[in-house]
Amino acid sequence: MAKNESGPADIVPASGHESSSAIVLGTAVVSPDAYTDPGLPPHRLRVVDTDPKAAKKAERVVYALFYISIIGSVFAVFAYMFFSLDSNDLNSVRLNNLYIGLGITLSLMAIGIAAVHWGKAVMADKEGVDERHPTRGTEETRARALEIFKEADAESGFSRRSLIRNGLIASLIAFPLPAIALFRGLAPMDVDPNNELKHTMWEKGLRLTRDPSGLPIKASDLTIGSAFQVIPEGLIDLPEHEKLDAKAKAAVILVRMNPDDLNWSSAERESWSYQGIVAYSKICTHVGCPVALYEQQTHHLLCPCHQSQFDIENECKVIFGPAARPLPQLPITVDSEGYLVAASGFNEPIGPSFWERLN
Amino acid sequence: MRNKTSRSARRSGRRGPLASIVLIALGLAATGGAYAAFSSVSATAAVDLSSPAVIDEGSKLFAANCATCHGMQAQGTANGPSLIGVGSAAVDFQVGTGRMPMQAQGPQAPKKPVQFTAEQTSALAAYVSSLAPGPAIPSQTQLENGNVANGGELFRINCAMCHNVAGAGGALTEGKYAPVLKGVAAVHVYEAMLTGPQNMPVFNDLNLTPSEKKDIIAYLAYNEANPSPGGLELGSLGPVSEGLFLWIFGLGSIVALTVWITAKSN
Amino acid sequence: MSTVATNQQTGFVGKASNYLDERTSISGAVKEFGRKIFPDHWSFLLGEVALYSFVIILLSGSFLTFFFQASMSPVEYAGSYVPLKGVEMSAAMSSTLDISFDLRGGLLMRQIHHWAALLFVAAIGLHMLRVFFTGAFRKPRELNWSIGFVLFVLAMAEGFTGYSLPDDLLSGNGLRIIDGMVNAVPVVGTWITFLLFGGEFPGSDIVGRLYTLHILLLPALVLIFIVLHLMFVIIHKHTQYPGPGKTEGNVVGFPILPVYAAKAGGFFFIVFGIVALMASLVTINPIWAYGPYDPSPVSAGTQPDWYIGFADGALRLIPPHLETVWLGYVWSWNILIPILILVVFLAAAFAYPFIEAWVTGDKREHHLLDRPRNAPTRTAIGAAGVTFYAVLWAAASSDIIATHFKVTMEGVINTLQILLILGPIIAFSVAKRVCLALQKKDRTMALHGFETGRIVRLPGGEYIEVHQQLDVYDRWKLVSFNDNAPLMLRPNPKGKITGGMRMRVRLSRWFFEERIAPVTPTEHALELESSHH
Repeated sequence: MAKNESGPADIVPASGHESSSAIVLGTAVVSPDAYTDPGLPPHRLRVVDTDPKAAKKAERVVYALFYISIIGSVFAVFAYMFFSLDSNDLNSVRLNNLYIGLGITLSLMAIGIAAVHWGKAVMADKEGVDERHPTRGTEETRARALEIFKEADAESGFSRRSLIRNGLIASLIAFPLPAIALFRGLAPMDVDPNNELKHTMWEKGLRLTRDPSGLPIKASDLTIGSAFQVIPEGLIDLPEHEKLDAKAKAAVILVRMNPDDLNWSSAERESWSYQGIVAYSKICTHVGCPVALYEQQTHHLLCPCHQSQFDIENECKVIFGPAARPLPQLPITVDSEGYLVAASGFNEPIGPSFWERLN
Repeated sequence: MRNKTSRSARRSGRRGPLASIVLIALGLAATGGAYAAFSSVSATAAVDLSSPAVIDEGSKLFAANCATCHGMQAQGTANGPSLIGVGSAAVDFQVGTGRMPMQAQGPQAPKKPVQFTAEQTSALAAYVSSLAPGPAIPSQTQLENGNVANGGELFRINCAMCHNVAGAGGALTEGKYAPVLKGVAAVHVYEAMLTGPQNMPVFNDLNLTPSEKKDIIAYLAYNEANPSPGGLELGSLGPVSEGLFLWIFGLGSIVALTVWITAKSN
Repeated sequence: MSTVATNQQTGFVGKASNYLDERTSISGAVKEFGRKIFPDHWSFLLGEVALYSFVIILLSGSFLTFFFQASMSPVEYAGSYVPLKGVEMSAAMSSTLDISFDLRGGLLMRQIHHWAALLFVAAIGLHMLRVFFTGAFRKPRELNWSIGFVLFVLAMAEGFTGYSLPDDLLSGNGLRIIDGMVNAVPVVGTWITFLLFGGEFPGSDIVGRLYTLHILLLPALVLIFIVLHLMFVIIHKHTQYPGPGKTEGNVVGFPILPVYAAKAGGFFFIVFGIVALMASLVTINPIWAYGPYDPSPVSAGTQPDWYIGFADGALRLIPPHLETVWLGYVWSWNILIPILILVVFLAAAFAYPFIEAWVTGDKREHHLLDRPRNAPTRTAIGAAGVTFYAVLWAAASSDIIATHFKVTMEGVINTLQILLILGPIIAFSVAKRVCLALQKKDRTMALHGFETGRIVRLPGGEYIEVHQQLDVYDRWKLVSFNDNAPLMLRPNPKGKITGGMRMRVRLSRWFFEERIAPVTPTEHALELESSHH
């Protein structure tokens, strides 16, 4: 039973139909009854090697291309100067892009093709052969390397002096820790992310307003089939750096349906709607894209990012796609002037799920 | 233009057609934009929709072409909704874009070649609007001189989620789709917003004011008149078409060139 | 050759070379590398496409950094693009619009940069596939495969951070998705996003931070790994396809100077030219159409750049309602499962060389490539992997497939869910069978020669087609491949058979049970005797 030098002696190749003198390495089968390498095939001459006219032509093509490339480069500079940008004409941008680009393209392609053609048809095409050497060092090299490590170890006492060695390792592990700690500064210090995610701008009495104008909405503004994109009153007056952060949690979609088409699990849920008008968080419970596609006849809400579908007739439960939870509903009512207002904030965290969502 | 000694015929062949495609695209955009601005296959304010003669003609056309699904008094049947109160705007949109009469039941009524002349469309609109008040066909001034920037912002918030930011259309549930907006006449865009055809929401004048509707129309018209300065738009579908183009034409031509580079010379 | 001692060269070039060599020892490098042999095959240029794309990215990107402002401070757009005039947006978006519309050649540079980025990842992918299907990852190149894989991941990260810089609606929604995904990670998820975005999403820090990653840290890492990758190519020398005169002990090809330098150097200009051509003619990433990022609007057909597609597709294929509450905490399986699938898939691809090395136990160095047909199980595994990736990638455009082929999106998604499991299995079987069939064909050719098309009628009335034997060079290519046979199980010196040994033998059987052995001279001689031709 042939032993292979590689794997454990216990795993042997299935000899199969190979002759008993077949040498194996792992699964590899090297049979002594095999063809031998016939060597490199004879060199084949190219047309440019035998026909001097073809050789001359090839040479002409190469330098012609180089000069054409120069034309391309000059043209690109000329295009930059001539095809200027007119702020009243979008087409000027298109022409500028096109001509500078084509000039650059010509300049580059011509050099490339010239160089390759030179290499293929003009340069001598004799193949060369290099010898490979095993990747591992020679025995002498390896022995010397081993010796070096031994000498260094003897002189430093690295393997012998365990206290020094362990101290070195421990201190090297410890020294990057302050650097890691510094990166805590990437986020604000006194804020708990989980708390932020659970609260939105919405609260009792806040008017529903149009996105982006901020104008309030009366219940009578909606007809059956309407879909309004809604932001809370006051959002447009927030300082700049807070606006989008607030909108990313407070965006709401408002639709009006025939009240008979709405099915409620409880009277309390029904009380969150107003005469067939319902408001739902627009932030998809999958990974947060705006669920803005409202289908007026099917009463489906579709999220365009990953195709989650929510059924407004049934409290926005998920009917297709990767979302796991229905969209949270914003309780609404009207104020004394007929404007739609929030009856309270959301009763659950909006948007995608997170670890501590229910804590 | 330059000597072609390479076997990259595919590459040289690709340059020619693309250049002419650019020219054709420019020409199409220009004529399409002009067409959208000036043509109208739909009723114009020139036809008097309250004239009894027009209404009468409309009722005859209705009985012959629409009543099967919508009922003899447009009250609706199992196959088609009631048209009472939909207004002349709805009729002008549906008939003027060829969606109605619908050929076969399906997820939605697709746009197809228009079946009626402008006069006949007006007559149908007159008849339906005579049954009960409803949204009216907009006048020409309601379609012109909107603010493009404001229109863009409103379009992105209210329309892009179905129609795509460039109006290239998008998928809805169960085989429905929001159509491409290129080449749609301004009056039809207005009417669609106003009446909310099929599953499109209704954007009444209290949701998107007439001024805002005008702005949206101006935005769409600007895009049609001004194709992308970057070159071919590949359907304005975004990274999907860009990725496909890269793999098929970009990498394809590069791999073809690698074969040429490493092939032995003749 | 000059008979003058080299330190007395005359002429400008001679004197300059002398000056340089006296200070840098560069003649040593010329001696060592000047006539180094590189094998010549088109599939070896794919890695170069990736390298050259990276150079193009660096050049065009450097230009852009002079004009781009990586700040989320709100500004009112005052440039020449009419539909955004007066619109409030971040300085990042505004500066990108200025580059596109108010800087000559700016749009061209943006488009060159983005097309080159797409090409970079695609070329890495094709190059990886070539390395996989030819077995170039075998000893001593396993490390280089690992380095290359890291480069693949870094390239995707570079692309993602790059296209998120303009703070436009499309890439902003992409960041929103990342925020939602990372939030779903148990225990630390919300803290990670909090640190990443500097607080709540979107915050005002993310663009600046991605910029630091995109132009400083990630390119530095890419450069380091490219240097390592190329260093190993030089140390190991490039692999070559089998053929007459090519052995495990040599490299046959062209020397760097002058032929390879001309071809490879010319190729750089060609790749650059193709990218410039695309940038001149085809729009990419029209951020002016998307508008500035706002959490309220969204575009139909929201997809990431192609190389992130497989991850987006994985998210889309998960069925509804996959979330549980356990111990009072929320477990978002609809996010965790796709993340797990992606990690396992990438890890399996990363580890493949080591797995195959363990199964075969072959400790020899391999410098001759396998023709894919001669490694049927490996090729079939690759086909299955490609199919899996392709289904995930297709899922990312499920809505566009629906509108373009006029089918329902639900139908598309359901079909892809089924294909995700069935597809790789079918691809594996088909690929394996095709490889074995091709090997059989090769065998027949080696034994019988090829059909000449001449029909001969024998005296007895029989018609035969005359076959011509292959010449010794063509035959060598068909018979010189590595043959493998499964391992057999025997107890180890301690008398035990461990589970690991069992698994190894079982895998080697799965790999090599169905095999076609190469034709031997004895077999061929027998065949020649017994046939009449």
